[in-house]
Amino acid sequence: MMGGRQSIPMPRTLFEKLWEAHVVRAETDATPAVIHVDLHLVHEVTSAQAFAELRERGLPVRCPDRTIATMDHSTPTAPRRAHERTLATLPVMPADARAQLEQLAVNCEAFGVPLYPLGDARQGIVHVIGPELGLTQPGMTIVCGDSHTSTHGAFGALAFGIGTSQVAHVLATQCLLQTRPRTMEVQVDGRLAPGVTAKDLILAIIARIGVGGATGHVIEYRGEAIRALSMEERMTVCNMSIEAGARAGLVAPDETTFAYLRGRPHAPRGDGWDAAVARWRDLRTDESAPFDATVTLDASAVTPMITYGTNPGMGMAITDRVPDPALQPADSDREMLGKALRYMGLTPGQPLLGTPVDVVFLGSCTNARLSDLRAAARVLARHRVADGVRMLVVPGSQQVKRAAEAEGLDRIFVRAGAEWREAGCSMCIGMNGDQLRPGQLAVSTSNRNFEGRQGAGGRTLLASPLTAAAAAIAGAVADPRRYLGAET
Amino acid sequence: MPCREFRSLTAAFAPLPTENVDTDQIIPARFLTTTRRTGLGRHAFHDWRYRVDGSPNPGFVLNDPRFSDARILVAGRNFGCGSSREHAVWALLGAGIEAVVSSQFADIFRGNALGNGLLPVEVPDAIVSELLATGDAIPDQTLTIDLEAQRLTLPDGRSVSFPIAPFAKHRLLNGLDEFDFLLQALPDIEAYEENGSTRAISTITSEVP
Repeated sequence: MMGGRQSIPMPRTLFEKLWEAHVVRAETDATPAVIHVDLHLVHEVTSAQAFAELRERGLPVRCPDRTIATMDHSTPTAPRRAHERTLATLPVMPADARAQLEQLAVNCEAFGVPLYPLGDARQGIVHVIGPELGLTQPGMTIVCGDSHTSTHGAFGALAFGIGTSQVAHVLATQCLLQTRPRTMEVQVDGRLAPGVTAKDLILAIIARIGVGGATGHVIEYRGEAIRALSMEERMTVCNMSIEAGARAGLVAPDETTFAYLRGRPHAPRGDGWDAAVARWRDLRTDESAPFDATVTLDASAVTPMITYGTNPGMGMAITDRVPDPALQPADSDREMLGKALRYMGLTPGQPLLGTPVDVVFLGSCTNARLSDLRAAARVLARHRVADGVRMLVVPGSQQVKRAAEAEGLDRIFVRAGAEWREAGCSMCIGMNGDQLRPGQLAVSTSNRNFEGRQGAGGRTLLASPLTAAAAAIAGAVADPRRYLGAET
Repeated sequence: MPCREFRSLTAAFAPLPTENVDTDQIIPARFLTTTRRTGLGRHAFHDWRYRVDGSPNPGFVLNDPRFSDARILVAGRNFGCGSSREHAVWALLGAGIEAVVSSQFADIFRGNALGNGLLPVEVPDAIVSELLATGDAIPDQTLTIDLEAQRLTLPDGRSVSFPIAPFAKHRLLNGLDEFDFLLQALPDIEAYEENGSTRAISTITSEVP
């Protein structure tokens, strides 16, 4: 570049702006960057060993006011009576899960970390409560010992999952060692059709780029279709960025973001609010800033999606037929697909529509927010869950649960024959006893269809809340548009 | 605590001809209720390694007596995808695996592995395919990993280079811990935190009562 033009700043992507604002020590040829963390979310499964390491080293938590803990993974979600609301008063729980939850409470107490435990009105899945409490804000760096931390990127925050050793690093230093990732633009033009949701969009994106397709990259989702999404829908999209291998997913903040955040408990207030919004408006990719990779999609071509295999990239339009391994050109794809279909008990070339299901799970950090429950309730109203099908509805947080109950959604689910449960990760990860039995087939609004993910031997079809509700009614995989006829 | 040192390793390898091996396979979630880093090795690849009745699945490579000495795992691309659980690395180390050879590693897994001294060795697809094909046909072959030279020597004597970040290489060769390095940056961290004006973010406001 010529000397006279050096004063013109280089156009930067949103990611670059976020990264550069948090560099404590720049990356060199010999050492990674030291990156500051604004918000550290903590849960019981990936933190105990980190707190233990702080104890061994005699270190305090550096910024307890930037650290929030909750209980979500190992927590039971069976309906609780009023006197059973806290960990101490819960009747029956596996000893190891109880010990893990108690350890989190001990650690938070000892290190001064705020904790929203079982029984607290703010308890819930860590990626649901961060946004709903207004803790998640544009421009932040957010980490958690949990890969679905990518959810928070929906606010224009750089948010990613870390391992337990790194949890210890952040507890003690509020920083992380990081090498700079590459950037990927996922441009989604057009609009989603009625009956097609953010979940279908992200499943279509992952089917397109593959489960390792975004490895090493931070994705920024852009375009008309993304701008048209609500915050909860953007969270669904960013949540599953990790399922394409991405380090993080981002959506630039806009009026939708600000409207969602205004008035939330931890959001800035008064003059601080106006100043914050003014700062947040700069958090977008500059015109002509280059990305390392670009993928484009036409939202109007996306239809309701469902997975047929054992990773989230094995997805197809719900009206399609299961692909045939014999038709895959690469040996490795043939083997991988064949193995997946054997596990799933599916036949090459068969349609999924009409395939009987045993369980429907509506929940998880992907799809257990109020709008997800509303969407499913809209389909289920005036219908019943088919005989022989178990449907679990697990709100993402206690706050979501209360809001849903206030508008009567719980009654719709219960009247239809579904189970209305307490908040937590539940059958998405099956750590709390909410599990599939071997061989059972589930339509699930969660994020992973890995072998055994929802219980050893269980089989998972990932889909949207609309598709999950349709499957519950039909007792089989069903096109949700069938139940939305009057509205489409 | 110092990191496990890794300089070189000559050992038998176990071929796992599967792509996208996710961390739920390496260590299923139901074993994550532990609050310790140890004791996970016996659950590594649990649902592939054991049948529903708990007996070993003879078809799984780590149960195959021909590969009982393996300290290196060779697997298809995108190894370690999915959950961020560091338990996956602890489980592999606990099961005696000290290095994984693949053509692609998931980001979080790679970071967790390097932090614990489990070496991710990334080599081209063709090399992995070859090792997976010959590994099963001719057991008792050894691989040599030389971290200093960043080379993987194949059973037939050919060798290929593999990438590793200079910092990770330096740490592993010397058994140095990331945490100790980060703690040395505390003066810079303090300076950054004091200079609030350089920050593009708002701090967390305390909750409205």
